[in-house]
Amino acid sequence: MPPPTSGGIIESAQTAATVSSLLGVRWTMSASDERKGLLERLKAAREPDSDADSSAEEPLASAPDQALPGGEQPVSKPAPDSDGSAVAPEAEVHRRTEEDFLSPGERLQNRYEIRKFLSKGGMGAVYLARDIRFPSVEKLVAVKEMISTIRDSVTSRISLETFEREANILASLSHPAIPKVFDYFHQERRVYLVIEFIEGTDLESLLAEIDYPLPQEKVVDWAVQACDVLFYLHNHKPSPIVFRDMKPSNIMLRQDGHIVLIDFGIAKVFQAGKRGTMIGTEGYSPPEQYRGIAEPRGDLYALGATLHHLLTKRDPRKEPPFTFHDHPIRGFNPTVTPELEAVIGRTLTYEIEDRYASTEELKKDLLRVLRPTSGMLSTTFSQPLTLHDERNPLWSFSCEDEIRCTPAISENALYLGSYDKSLYCLEADTGTERWRYSTEGGVVSSPCVWNETVFFGSEDQILYAVFTRTGRIVWTCPTDGKIRSSPKQEYDHIFFGSDDHNVYAISAKSGQELWRFDAGAPVRSSPAISGEFIVFGSEDGSVHALDVQSGESRWKYQTGRALQSTPTIAGDMVYVGSRDSSLYALDLANGWPVWRHRTKGQVISSPMVVGKVVYFGSNDHNIYAVDADKGNLIWKYSTKGPVVSSPASSDGATYVGSADGNLYCLDAKTGEMLWRFGTGGPITGSAVVGNGIVYVGSTDHTMYAVSIEAGD
Amino acid sequence: MGLMNRLFRRSPSKNQHRVTREAETPITEVRASPLDVGQASDIGNARETNEDAFFTLQALAGTSAQPVPLALLMVADGMGGHARGEEASSIAVRVASGVIVREVLLPMLASRPAEATSRPVHDILGEAISSANEAVSQIEADTGTTLTSALIVGHSAYLAHVGDSRAYYLDRGELHQITQDHSIVNRLVQLGQISADEAHSHPQRNYLYRAVGQGAELQSDTYLQRLAKGSYLILCTDGLWNEVTEQEIVDVVGTSVSSQEAANRLVDRANDRGGEDNITVLIAKISY
Repeated sequence: MPPPTSGGIIESAQTAATVSSLLGVRWTMSASDERKGLLERLKAAREPDSDADSSAEEPLASAPDQALPGGEQPVSKPAPDSDGSAVAPEAEVHRRTEEDFLSPGERLQNRYEIRKFLSKGGMGAVYLARDIRFPSVEKLVAVKEMISTIRDSVTSRISLETFEREANILASLSHPAIPKVFDYFHQERRVYLVIEFIEGTDLESLLAEIDYPLPQEKVVDWAVQACDVLFYLHNHKPSPIVFRDMKPSNIMLRQDGHIVLIDFGIAKVFQAGKRGTMIGTEGYSPPEQYRGIAEPRGDLYALGATLHHLLTKRDPRKEPPFTFHDHPIRGFNPTVTPELEAVIGRTLTYEIEDRYASTEELKKDLLRVLRPTSGMLSTTFSQPLTLHDERNPLWSFSCEDEIRCTPAISENALYLGSYDKSLYCLEADTGTERWRYSTEGGVVSSPCVWNETVFFGSEDQILYAVFTRTGRIVWTCPTDGKIRSSPKQEYDHIFFGSDDHNVYAISAKSGQELWRFDAGAPVRSSPAISGEFIVFGSEDGSVHALDVQSGESRWKYQTGRALQSTPTIAGDMVYVGSRDSSLYALDLANGWPVWRHRTKGQVISSPMVVGKVVYFGSNDHNIYAVDADKGNLIWKYSTKGPVVSSPASSDGATYVGSADGNLYCLDAKTGEMLWRFGTGGPITGSAVVGNGIVYVGSTDHTMYAVSIEAGD
Repeated sequence: MGLMNRLFRRSPSKNQHRVTREAETPITEVRASPLDVGQASDIGNARETNEDAFFTLQALAGTSAQPVPLALLMVADGMGGHARGEEASSIAVRVASGVIVREVLLPMLASRPAEATSRPVHDILGEAISSANEAVSQIEADTGTTLTSALIVGHSAYLAHVGDSRAYYLDRGELHQITQDHSIVNRLVQLGQISADEAHSHPQRNYLYRAVGQGAELQSDTYLQRLAKGSYLILCTDGLWNEVTEQEIVDVVGTSVSSQEAANRLVDRANDRGGEDNITVLIAKISY
């Protein structure tokens, strides 16, 4: 396994930290890197022109023109201590040992006395050594060894070139954040590079040690330092130097808080317009590097990727490449300010031209981010509830009891039910009452409007059809139980459930029954209708799918607990929440669950699907956005109370009420709060959006109309 | 009226109008299988071993007037030196298919349908792939495989996928690629950084960022594909799609009398174009 680059300095440095737990972490990570990196090489290795015998051992030999990503170089390492998690292959260690590592006490050039083996790196090893020309002080150095007599000459040549390149580049540089090079010599068919021994911890190891993301101030401080050293490299004379391998494991943090860039094995003297080979570390490298383009702005991308990793703890090597924008930093780490997120976002754009033009520009913006928070740490930890987050309503309308239903909006009229037993019709613009219709029971069922008629159920067991213009009754449909399920209109029929266990299909015009279906338990969930299916949940935890015309059962799926969430049908799936804490995606054709997303609270909130995303709330206080096909979490937003209200959507925003009394407006893509509106009681009904206004009822007996636009 | 009940019991009307149902030809009278599965795998012209592996299983329980066809299809493309690639792909399909048989088919036969359907199908397919991942990880560090599997139940196909083998859906002459390759080159194409043509000859076109057997955490992509009557589900390794264009796939499948003939002809076509890699093709035709 002959990677040409040095992985060695990393290990040398961190060994200096002499923290064994730290080492353990580091080595474990390296082992998994190795496996991952190998995979890519494996495919290259089996190219038909490769030497079958050597391909597995010497993957580079098969693709000599395509040097491989430096950080992904398989660097096999023997387990340094008893840490069982290190998985360096034993055979590998054994073979390398045969090739003779230097032993402690051995001297090179009669000057460098080997102290200990640090790691295997490149085609040789890295040692900690003492420079004995300084007899009275213990001057420690890192000695990188390169064995040049490997069977395969091509690999050997590439490795040697890389090794020499690192030596040459380092020798030409002088910067406090770059290791000094002391010596370079050949001895016994091996080549040695003696460099400054950096004491400290690399940022990857540091990140692995903590179980929370790193704080913004620290990360920005390092980023500014990294900008300084990149500025130095990019303005190097006669030609700029592109580092090409910025990543947490190549940044050493000294004990004094200063950073040092290590591993210049693949740094490149930049010649404008010239294409080279792909080299770098997958996950951190910019897209253009895969086209063989290495230029200074690529380092800014990799720095951005590094900052993203440090702030989120999301390892980009474990994710599909170039997916940073799908994972906004603040979704992982809300203490990061939107300003910093924006700065990093700009470094991570796919097109070179869209990034910062230079490190100075980036540094300037980073400093700007740092300034407002410096000296007042507390601001980083509070939610960024800025000035615009509280709003005043356009109007409000008070009933005599709680509003728990979702209002319906139609032709500038707003219909809402209340526990005060009435259904109200209001002017949507002003909140002025047009009429009200009183029943004998609370109206929690959400009204449905069709053909100049509003349909709603009441706890007095009756479903009402009322003229929208006059508020006069058209027909009623009595059942034998309270009606909490909300009616749905489709195919000129009204479908709704009752506590009498039945789901009814009745003519919207006459109220005449088409069919009824006995679900075996009260039906409080509202039906969803799509094509030939009607789907609803019942209190015994079942999801039923019926033929919408005949009312005959198509399938039934049993969840763990009662089902009050209204199903949503989108594409080939039915999405429904259960009090067993899960959101289910069922195959509409047969009811088989395709996926299930578990939360930590009952899911009473009805899911909403927009595009390929399902939004829903849970009693665990969170609002969730989940991938509709796969059920993977996209983001979640924490409120301060159970979320039974269902999300509403408009123009890229999601509106959800919480039992904490607030209506939240969230960015549908990122889950970031755009603003919120406080009411005087828990919100259990859902909001509706129309004409730039969001309407929501609260248990404080009031219906509110709030403008979506700021400044009203 | 759960899924499994429908598999083995007489179900109430499947169609809205009883009249049309009776007018339809019952499946039992159809001479050809409602689900026609063909498979072909070939070493190609350039390789010394065939590192592809596949698995097909189909079933039709004929106790009902309307049996629900079932099938399980899998392809895997192994990689690794010293014949480890072969080992990886064959272990992966054996382990993964074993999990699905155990979790889905056996509970059905044992009349414990609730067991089979209480778990989300993507969880079962995901477990199949993670079990394969564990097994392959034990071979050797530098060994891996792609794995694309499809469980067909009636008109639903549930898929799970890792790597750059592919699943296609072919309906009325339109070929739709269901799976996304987990290759860096594919990401670059998605981002508009390189063209599809450039991807075809990109030096890193074979580099996968996700495969079975490469470490503890493995996330598979899962899909639900609705299968229309007369459509085809096609699973293949890159030995096919690197050599044969999508239009050719459509033409060959459309002009073959059986899935088996189509699979054979596609393999031949890939070999005619060079056969640089192993070629495996599975085709299921949905005639119900």
